Formats: sequence, structure tokens, C-alpha cells
Amino acid sequence: MKKILALLMVLTLIISLAACGKQTPTEETYGDDETATETEATEGADTDAAINEDVTVGFIYVGPIGDGGWTYAHDQGRLYLEEQLGVKTIYKESVPETQDVEQEMRNMIDQGATVIFATSFGYMDFMEKVSAEFPEVAFMHCSGYKTTDNMANYFGRIYQARYLSGIVAGMKTETNKIGYVAAFPIPEVIRGINAFTLGAQSVNPDVEVEVVWTSTWYDPAKEKEAAIAMLDNGADVIAQHQDTAGPQQAAEERGLWSVGYNTDMSAMAPKAYMTAPVWNWGPYYVEQVQAVIDGTFASHSYWGGMEDGIVALAPLTENAPEGAKEAVDAATAQILDGSELVFDGPLTNQAGEVVVAEGAAMTDSEMLNFMWFVKGVIGNIE
Amino acid sequence: MTSFLFAMIIAGTPLLFATLGEMLTEKSGNLNLGVEGMMLIGAVAGFGMGFYTGNGLLAIVGAAIAGALGALIYAFLTVSLRANQVVSGLALTIFGTGISSFVGTLFIGQKMPDRVITSFARVKIPLLGDLPFIGPILFRHDYFVYIGYLMAICLGVYFYKTRYGLNLIAISENPSAADASGIHVNLYKYVHILFGGALCGMAGAYLSVVDVPQWQDNITAGRGWIAIALVIFVKWNPIMALFGAYLFGGLSIIGFRLQHLSISQNLLDVLPYAVTIIVLILSSIRKSKEDAPPKGLGVPYFREDR
Repeated sequence: MKKILALLMVLTLIISLAACGKQTPTEETYGDDETATETEATEGADTDAAINEDVTVGFIYVGPIGDGGWTYAHDQGRLYLEEQLGVKTIYKESVPETQDVEQEMRNMIDQGATVIFATSFGYMDFMEKVSAEFPEVAFMHCSGYKTTDNMANYFGRIYQARYLSGIVAGMKTETNKIGYVAAFPIPEVIRGINAFTLGAQSVNPDVEVEVVWTSTWYDPAKEKEAAIAMLDNGADVIAQHQDTAGPQQAAEERGLWSVGYNTDMSAMAPKAYMTAPVWNWGPYYVEQVQAVIDGTFASHSYWGGMEDGIVALAPLTENAPEGAKEAVDAATAQILDGSELVFDGPLTNQAGEVVVAEGAAMTDSEMLNFMWFVKGVIGNIE
Repeated sequence: MTSFLFAMIIAGTPLLFATLGEMLTEKSGNLNLGVEGMMLIGAVAGFGMGFYTGNGLLAIVGAAIAGALGALIYAFLTVSLRANQVVSGLALTIFGTGISSFVGTLFIGQKMPDRVITSFARVKIPLLGDLPFIGPILFRHDYFVYIGYLMAICLGVYFYKTRYGLNLIAISENPSAADASGIHVNLYKYVHILFGGALCGMAGAYLSVVDVPQWQDNITAGRGWIAIALVIFVKWNPIMALFGAYLFGGLSIIGFRLQHLSISQNLLDVLPYAVTIIVLILSSIRKSKEDAPPKGLGVPYFREDR
């Protein structure tokens, strides 16, 4: 009897402990967030945006804001939205890509949200379902392909910025070997590797890009090891696709060079980092929320590029090679006026066969199903 | 080859500390599945100490104390209250993951101060570092790695050559008999669970302070679970743990150097676990007494039940 009683008491204790451990952080962030948004909303009221005070916008994030990458970039967009329109925003971090997200969306709608941004692929089906229940709310889904009457999807052509970062890397390398720490063999990642390689080849035809798959989005120590493996193999510039700065640190440690991703990573590897393809969601968020306020919102599929400012190349640091700024500026101008499409022919695959003929260009749907490497990439797609 | 073996030692070091920590705990007859949680608590505490004090030594000490505090929760539940060890350990993992994310919000996007990073710079050990082949692989690392070597050897001596170590083994095999012979069972359990927690905390700190000196949420990425398998793999032997941890560390990174050979990455990812299963099967076929887990492992000790 005594044993059973003790066991019961302990179980209660454990459950309460576990509950504290899990709940405290979210409650705290929620609390912080609400006070923060309230103050910002009051500040906004002093400016010309006072009319938007009663508009609430919800954001659902797949990771913590502190990932310093994907979610951080979206949160910067949220802050920009608050600053520009003076709307009230609410957000929730680390929401799993399961049915839980439906509950989160309903919670946000209960709190008055009229626009909801869900920033991960896995939320798509749940958002589709909830959007049917709340026809008066605008739903925005990032990186998917489904739309409904009141649900739009949006993404950015980050490959354009990767092409530019390839130019910087191609000019910097002395061994003509660049290491690319890749996440998973999916079209999004492959497209990035190819764009990066084409950018590097545009300034340095001899360059080779070695690819190593880590099968992780988020394991800093392992991603660092992958970068070290390529540095040992003769690479002198490292690029990456994961959400951590592990690969940057490998380059820093060896006194070599690196290209980041998602956000400006210069603080993480000040002696190695040259630039990074970055996301800039703010302007799009402002545009869409403004459309909802004006009553002009319409469902759409959006895949914007550098011309909209949704993707960009972070400012070059002093580690970048001489002349890189001029080359990047020239290529940027070409991308903006449409004379450089990145994936325009002739493009050859690793075996040397011409896949996209001279004068032709890949269509959006071909790019979204990219499953082959261009010539100059060393590595296999499994 | 040399560079791979060198990287292998680095990848294996957090595994080594966590394995030794879990081994100490299991040698006291307690199965603690909270390794991942204690590693994360240690990682965030170590990062915090290093970040605020700029002192590498304090970072390690802070991580060890934090890991031990995590283990204290577990020890109180399982030794004093005799709760189910598996449930308590899992609860500790959930708790540790949550609290490290929570405290970690303070350090988002922060990098370790350079003073701490330089205090863990690579140091070549005189004479040993000049040995052909072995020197560049084993003796040109940071202090943390050397502490790992020493810790494994010290524990080996402690378990098999000292009175306290033998008492501990007696407890893990048969706590009633140990109690009857005048050994303070609960005191031993507490001390070793706490020390084991400290080692797990240091394992986490190696990742956040030395290897990737920057705060990243959930930096351990499942290494705590590998360590639990490793304890079985090395058959509760600290000297074997040296080889086992570096072997598993090597297996986890060998894929990056073999991908051009068209070997499937998925197959390579499976290797550490497949090897563990094979070793388990082999040792159970041989039915050797030396390879068996401690008999009292996972069983709460009730004095009245004698």
C-alpha cells in the first residue's frame, strides 16, 4: 500500500514537473508578446496608422524565433508589418506540423485575427480545412501549392539570390573547389545548389561545387562536421542550406571563407562570412495585410523574386573578394531587367547532356520539380 | 585519413562524456533515461556561464553543476521516493528540453565570447603530440578532449581497483547484500547519480561551448539517446567506452567523406544502431557473465523487502 501511494505521489509530481517544464516557456512568450504588441500598437497610434489598431494578424512558426534562420526571418517580417501598418500581431513558435496547428489557428481567430500566416509546408492541409470553416478570415500559406477561395500560397525565388552568392564564392575560391552543405535531396535544395553553381561558373568556369548531404535541417555539430569533411578535401569556400550556423564556424576555424543562408550570419563567423541569400518577407506581408484591410484581398499563388524584394543578397562583408560587388551589382541588374533568368539554356547535366537548349528556359513547374544537378556539381541525388 | 580520425575524436567526445555519466548512474543500479535532458541543461548552463563570465573553466563547472541538479530531481524521485526509473528519466528529458529552450531565449543569436573560445584552443601535448600517426590524431586537441581521456581511465581504475568502486558494483548487482555488509546504499546511489548527471551536463557543454560556440536550441539533437545505447554497447566498461564513443562518433560523420563513393547515406545513418543490435545479440548468445547488465539495474531498492 505504502509503495502504491508513494508511486502515485511521485507520478503526480512528475506530471506537474513536466507540465511546468513544457508550459512555462510558451506562456511566457505569449505574455511577453502581448505586452510588446500592445506597446507597439500604442506607439503606432501616435503616427498615421491609428486606424489599423483593431486589425489582428496571426503568425504560426515551425521553429523558435531564435533559430537565427528561417523562423527568425519570418519574425522580422512580422515586426516590419507592425511598424509599417500599426496592426496588432500575435504569434506562436514551434508549432508542430500536425493537427495541433488547427487548434492554434482557431485560438488566433478567437483572439480576433483576420489574417493568418502559416510559415511551413506541413501546415498546408490543416490550413485548407480551417479556411473552409472561416470564410471571413484570410489565410496565407508559405511554401505550399494549395489555394482555396480565402487561402493563398506564397514563396520566394531564393535561387536568384543564391546565383548571386555563387558569383561571390566563385571569385573568392583559389582551389576552384567549393563545399556545399546540403540538407535533403528535394527540389528546393537542388534548385539552390544548381543556381549557386551556375553563379560561380559565370565568373569562374573551372569551379566545382562539392555537395554533402547531412539529412538534417537542424544539427549544428553535425553540419559543422560535414563542412570540415569538405574543407579537408580541398574546398576553401563553404555554402549551406540548413538553418544553423555550424558550417560557418567550420570555415571560421580553418581561416577560410563561407556563404550563409536565411539571414545575415556575419556575427556568427566574422572572419569567414562573406554574404548570404536572405529572405525579406516584410514588404509582402504589408502588401497583403493592406489588401485585407482595404477589402481587395484575393486568393493567389505567389512566387516572387528579387524584383519584389522578397529575396535579396545580404551586404558583402570585407571578406568578399575584390570586384565582387561590381559583379554582383551587374548580375542583379540583369536579373531585375529579366535578361538573366538563372535557369536559361544551355544547361547541361552532370553527364554532359544538354537538358535545356540554348535560347530556352526552364518553366516554373520544371523548376519546382528540379531533380538533377547541372554540370560542375560533384555529388549524387539519392 | 588522419583528418577523419581527428574529426572522429571531436564527434565522439560529447558521446564519451554522456556515456560515462550514464554508466556511473547504471553502476549504482539506476537506469536514467534523462541523459538528453541533462545534456541540454548542461549545454544551456555552460553557454550562459561562459557568456556572462567569459571564463571557460567556469563554463564547464557551471554545466556540471547544472547537470547534477537535473540528476538530483531524478535521484530524489527514484532513490528517496522509489518512483519508476523509466518514467522519471523520461520526465527529466522532457523537463530538460523545455527548460533549456526557455532559458536559451536569452542567448538567441549570441556567440560565445572570444576569450572562452581561445581558452579551448587546440593544444599539442609535448612529446605525445609528436608521435607518428597517433600524435596528430589523439594529442593535438582542446583540453576538454583530454579531460575525457582522463575521465575514462580514472573511472576504469575507480570501478575495478578501489574499495568504493567495488562497493558500487556490489550495490548494482545486489543492493540487499551490499546493505547487509554495511554499505550505505542510498548515499552511494545519490553520489553517483549526481556525478553521472554532472558528466552528462559537461557532454552538453562540449557542444555549446567548444564545438559550436553559439547558442542553438536543442543542440544535442538526440545524442543522449545514442549514449544510452553506447553504455550497453561497451558493456558497462569505461575503457571500452573510449573506443565505443569514438567509433560511434566516427560512424556518425564518416558519411560526409564517403558520399562520392555512391554509398547510401541512409545506410550509413543506420550503422551505429545496427552495430549496437549486433553486439547485443552476440553478447546474449555468449551468455558471458561479464557482459551482462548489472543485476539490480532498474529495480528500486526497498530496505524492508530484504
